[in-house]
Amino acid sequence: MSEYQPVILPDIPDLDRIDVYEQHGGYQHIRKSLGMAPDDVIGIVKESGLRGRGGAAFPTGLKWSFMPTDGEKPNYLCVNGDESEPGSFKDRQIFEFNPHLMIEGILIAGYALRIKAAYIYIRGEYEKWVQMVEKAVADAYAKGYVGEKMKETFGTDFSCEIYVHRGAGAYICGEESSLMNSIEGIRPYPRVKPPFPAQVGLWGCPTTINNVETIANVPLIIERGADWYKNIGAEKHPGPILYGISGHVNKPGVYELPTGMLLTELIHDVAGGVPGDKKIKMVIPGGSSMPPLRGDQLEGVRMDAESLKEIGSAIGTAGIMVMDEDTDLTRILTRITHFYKVESCGQCTPCREGTGWMLKVFHRLLDGEGEPKDLDLLHSVAKNIEGNTVCALGDAAAWPVKFTIERFRDELEAELSR
Amino acid sequence: MFSEEELKQVEELKSHYPTNLSAVMGVLHMYQDKYGHISDEGITYVANLLEVPEENVLGVVTFYEMYHQHKTGKYKLQVCTNVSCMLRGSDMVLQTIKDKIGIGIGEMTDDGLFSVHEAECLGSCGTAPMMSVNKDYHENLTPETINELIDALKAKG
Ligand SMILES: Cc1cc2nc3c(=O)[nH]c(=O)nc-3n(C[C@H](O)[C@H](O)[C@H](O)COP(=O)(O)O)c2cc1C
Ligand code: SF4
Ligand code: FES
Repeated sequence: MSEYQPVILPDIPDLDRIDVYEQHGGYQHIRKSLGMAPDDVIGIVKESGLRGRGGAAFPTGLKWSFMPTDGEKPNYLCVNGDESEPGSFKDRQIFEFNPHLMIEGILIAGYALRIKAAYIYIRGEYEKWVQMVEKAVADAYAKGYVGEKMKETFGTDFSCEIYVHRGAGAYICGEESSLMNSIEGIRPYPRVKPPFPAQVGLWGCPTTINNVETIANVPLIIERGADWYKNIGAEKHPGPILYGISGHVNKPGVYELPTGMLLTELIHDVAGGVPGDKKIKMVIPGGSSMPPLRGDQLEGVRMDAESLKEIGSAIGTAGIMVMDEDTDLTRILTRITHFYKVESCGQCTPCREGTGWMLKVFHRLLDGEGEPKDLDLLHSVAKNIEGNTVCALGDAAAWPVKFTIERFRDELEAELSR
Repeated sequence: MFSEEELKQVEELKSHYPTNLSAVMGVLHMYQDKYGHISDEGITYVANLLEVPEENVLGVVTFYEMYHQHKTGKYKLQVCTNVSCMLRGSDMVLQTIKDKIGIGIGEMTDDGLFSVHEAECLGSCGTAPMMSVNKDYHENLTPETINELIDALKAKG
C-alpha cells in the first residue's frame, strides 16, 4: 500500500489556507456540481458506494435520497464533528489540515439536498479547531463561495449558509438526534425514532446528518468520478479512510489509506508494531463502542464494514485501539463502563441503571472481591441493555462488556484472583 | 457585563439561528470565558440577554460537562484517563501532577491557581498521554514536560 497517495489529507503544505486550496483545484467541484441536476449529484454519490464514516457505515447517497424536495419547509444539513468516541481522533485532522475540503463538500451536499443552512457541530473541547474552522468558513464567505454571494460567483440560483456550532462536552451530542436538540438549545436528549431526521429534524424541518469525513469525501467523488472512488479499497465499503491507531503501537496516529486493509498490516507495518514486540491481547477496531477482538483472532481480518461484521465486530469510526499481552482487561472494561455511565443521558432505565450496576460490579472485581458468577451477572446486565434503549449508546455500553466476557472469559477469570 | 464588542458577538450568534434558544450555548461559552464559571447571576444575565426562560439556560448549563457552576482553578488541568491514554501512561500524568502540586482529581490548590479534573477522551489518542489546560492541548506528556509546563504556569501566575 506504499503507493497509495492520500487525497483527504494530502501532503500539501498550508492546504488549510484558502488560496492554496484554490491553487489545487479547490472550489471548482462545487462549480461542476452546480452544472448538474441535484438528483444527478445524489446519483453519483450513490454510485460511488460512499458509506458514512461516523460509525454506522450507512450508504450516504441513499441517506440523501430520503430528503424531501417539495420545499415546503427549509432543509438543513448537520455536519457531525462531535468526535468524542474514545479512540477516535480523525475529524480533527480535517479541521486542521484540510477544512476547505469539508466546506466544499458541504456546499455540494447542500446543493444536492437543497438546504438553507448547514451547521458544523464541533465538540467544545476542540476550541482551537473551532477557531480554525471558523476562520476557514469566514474566508470562504469572503471569497463569495458561501451565502448570497455564491449566486453571483457561480452564476446560480442556489445559495446556503454555513455556521459553526460549538458543543460543550457531552458525548451523547454525537448521536444525531441529540445533536439536533443541542443545536436547538434544549437539553440534548436523543429523540425517539421514527420520525427520522429526513422527515422531522432540526426545528421540525427535513435534516441530514453526516460525519465530517463523509462530507470531505464528496468533492473528491465529484472531481474524479464514482468509478475512481468505488475502485479504491473494499468492494462493498470503498474509498479512502482515516484510520486512527492508538494504544500499544510504536507509531500511533491517523493514517489515510484505502478501506479493507488487513488489520495486522495496519498494526505491524503502518503503525510500527507493538513496543517490545509483545503479543497482542485485544484490539478494538472502531472506537470503544465496538466489540473487541482477540489478538489470536486478527489474522486475515480486513478493516471494512462487511469483513468486520463477519468476524463479529464493526468498523465504527475506524479508531483502532491496540492492547498488548500485559493489559489488565478488567481495568479497561471498568474504564469503558465508567465512560458510558458518565455519558448516559439517563433517559432510559436500562441504560441509566445498567451502566451504574455494571460499574459497581467492576469495582468489586478490581478490589479482588469478584467471583466467576459476577461475570455472568455482567453479561446478563449487558444483554438487558442491548436493544432496549432509545439510542445506540445503550448498545455501545453493552457490547464491550458482553463481547469481552464471551471472548476473553479465560483472561477475566484469571484476573479475578488479583 | 458584556462589552459593546461582546454584545455585537451575541447579535452575530443570534443571527445564525431561527430562535434565540440556539444561541444559549455560544453565549454561555462567552460568559464562562470572561468570568471563569457560570454563577446563578450569570444564568439570569444570559436568560435576560437572549430573552429566553431561565429554566432553559439552567437546563443547558447542568447538562454539559464544560460549563462550571462553581469556581475552578485558574488553570484547569484536564487529564484524559480514557483507554488510549491509560494504555500510554495517564496514571503517570496524575502521579506527576500530584507530586508536583499536591492535588488529585476533583481538587484545587489553596491559591486557586490549579484544579485537576478527570477528562474523557479528548480526541488525542494518537498523541497520548495528554491533558488540556484550559483551551490548550498538551500531548505526548512525560514527567519532564509536565513539570516544565506547571513551572511555566506558576511563573505566569
Ligand atoms: C452515542 C453516539 C455517539 C455518536 N457520536 C458520533 C460522533 O461523534 N461523530 C459522528 O459523526 N457520528 C457519531 N454518531 C453517529 C451519528 O448518530 C450518525 O450516525 C452519524 O453522524 C451519521 O453520519 P454518517 O452517515 O456520515 O456516518 C454517534 C452515535 C451515537 C449513538
Ligand atoms: S440509551 Fe442511554 S444515552 Fe441513549 S437515550 Fe437512552 S439513556 Fe440516553
Ligand atoms: S483516550 Fe485520551 S485522548 Fe483519547
